[in-house]
Amino acid sequence: MIPMNMNENKPTVALANRVPEPTIDEKELGLSGRNANEPAWLLSDRKVGRARFAELGLPSLRDEDWRFTKVAPIAEMEFKPELEPGSHGVTERELNQFPFNGLAGSQLVFVNGQFAPELSSVAKLPEGVKVMSLADVLATEPALVKPHLCRHALTDTNAFTALNTAYFQDGAFIHVPAGQAVAEPIHLRFVSTAKHDGTTAHPRNLIVAARNSRVTVIESYVSLSNATYFTNSVTELVAGDNAVVEHLKLQDENQQSFHIGTLAAHCGRTSNVVTHSIALGAKLSRTNIYAALAGEGLECILNGLYLTRAEQLADHYMIVDHAEAHGESHEYFNGILADKSKGVFHGRILVRPGAQKTDAKQTNKNLLLSDNATANTKPQLEIYADDVKCTHGATLGQLNDESIFYLRSRCIPLEKARRMLVHAFAGEIIDRVRCIAVREELDRLVWDRLEQNQQITANSS
Amino acid sequence: MKQPIITIQNLSADVEGRQILKGINLTIHPGETHAIMGPNGSGKSTLAAILAGREGYNITGGEVIYGGRDLLALDPEERACEGVFLAFQYPVEIPGVNSTYFLRAAYNEIRKHRGLAELDAVDFLTFVKEKVKLLDLPEDLLKRPVNYGFSGGEKKRNEIFQMAVLEPKFAILDETDSGLDIDALKIVSNGVNTLKRSDNAQLVITHYQRLLNFIVPDFVHVLNDGRIVKSGGKELALELEETGYEGMIHAAAAPA
Repeated sequence: MIPMNMNENKPTVALANRVPEPTIDEKELGLSGRNANEPAWLLSDRKVGRARFAELGLPSLRDEDWRFTKVAPIAEMEFKPELEPGSHGVTERELNQFPFNGLAGSQLVFVNGQFAPELSSVAKLPEGVKVMSLADVLATEPALVKPHLCRHALTDTNAFTALNTAYFQDGAFIHVPAGQAVAEPIHLRFVSTAKHDGTTAHPRNLIVAARNSRVTVIESYVSLSNATYFTNSVTELVAGDNAVVEHLKLQDENQQSFHIGTLAAHCGRTSNVVTHSIALGAKLSRTNIYAALAGEGLECILNGLYLTRAEQLADHYMIVDHAEAHGESHEYFNGILADKSKGVFHGRILVRPGAQKTDAKQTNKNLLLSDNATANTKPQLEIYADDVKCTHGATLGQLNDESIFYLRSRCIPLEKARRMLVHAFAGEIIDRVRCIAVREELDRLVWDRLEQNQQITANSS
Repeated sequence: MKQPIITIQNLSADVEGRQILKGINLTIHPGETHAIMGPNGSGKSTLAAILAGREGYNITGGEVIYGGRDLLALDPEERACEGVFLAFQYPVEIPGVNSTYFLRAAYNEIRKHRGLAELDAVDFLTFVKEKVKLLDLPEDLLKRPVNYGFSGGEKKRNEIFQMAVLEPKFAILDETDSGLDIDALKIVSNGVNTLKRSDNAQLVITHYQRLLNFIVPDFVHVLNDGRIVKSGGKELALELEETGYEGMIHAAAAPA
């Protein structure tokens, strides 16, 4: 295999049937270094993942779920897993430049998918709350993990999840016992220092919020690297009955990198789960969100914002699975697309028989700042119950002329009016972030990015 | 004699080839309130939109002199900074833009234009809270996005509230009364009357005489088919109430 080169037009015809040969040796699978003490049940899950990946191969454009997103460049990479534990020379100072750095609360830092304890800090937590590395808990208290790990992020149809399951080395484990509330957000930071193209990390996180508990978790993915590396993360999130969980993923990796991230959420009765996916970086990013709404009377919000420029592609793929009655789900995704970039939204809502009184809403709005930007949006409703409310809507367009005139008639210059409206478009999503400190910082970050984008003020109305 | 605030001379305009304004003449002096009344489609809102600088109109003749300058040559934001204000018939909802942020940005643009220092967030809030009281608006409106989720009445009051903040020299109220119940109408009118000074002027566009019971005009003009067909004092509005547009337009068209 050869390192990929973005400038070459490689034929992708053969890709559908092609199974890339992972370069890791079989014996390393779950048995090396910090993973040496893994329980046997995990090894069997890993083997299943390995087998599934071999069977599925990487998806092609012929795969309906990947119609708009070509992963050929990933397939052409030579996967080089980072096996060295530790911080890889990353200093606290280097981390200071990244978002949510000053956030009060615990933070776990992972460098190239490996836990970096010297950069991490765990605040004082309520009784029984655990915030630690997954490899550590697997070595010390595997019973805490066993009911959940690999039970929610399924490998049967998702080759990337299968790959992650086979090869993950570490990630975060958060456990909030019943009735406990963690007031401050827990920040999971994933930093890449990849020195070579093809460096691959498969972070694996497990967040368990038991019944009546409350927690906020931030995952941020950032780069201290200019290499073409690959992040393939999987997070399993379990919200017990009546739990309140806020989860935010910020993907801000370098403009050459590939990012595939899966969030598999399992929501219990009357739980309230809100997850935000903010995609700013990477050359190609795909975020899969599977929300299993497995209890009555719950509420689940999937909220997302993608900002793309140059030749970036940001893809969000969602399956909201209403399995029980009286469930409410809302999906809100806004995209701001510049240059030749592309945004993809695929939202599937499944209402199973018996999930009566389901209220499912989905909106995807795209703001195109350039004539060359593209947005693909695909809603998909599958309803097997007869007393439900499901709506979806998608818009695609430029800034509203009437709004621009309104602002100008109030003394605001054209350029500033455009900026305000683009900011407002992003603000619709940002405003749904409940944790104030996170929301304010995210707002500043997105504002800065938008300010850097000259096309906001270009003649786009 | 005082210099007029605005002089509209023989203004004609079309939209997509259709002639809407057919030679409007109107001079407004400081301290005056003028009302323009007319049936639907007479060109009232087009006149308001052209004065404020909305795009999409083709000026086919005439001119508008405002403060000695060619108003039609200015961008909408320049007109606003020079003191032209349009209270919209349909105020636009702007989700995601906070009202206070928006108003402060607008207010500071005017201050910059006048060579004054910008107000910081704290000073602006103090200033703006006074103005909110004038329109009997809930203070929490300042925390909400511009017009977003407001009732029809709140939106209209919000327009006058913005007018109170920006203190225009020349305010155009485009059917501000439409959709208002009597209580809201009183609040809005009271706001407008409070803002009236000897050095500013107002142009009130309305379909109904009702508003003019509360905002008493010095002059009333009847607009029909793109022309002012009759002008007079405030009694003209009452006369119009008697005869209806049909009767008056018919009489105006007939030779005296």
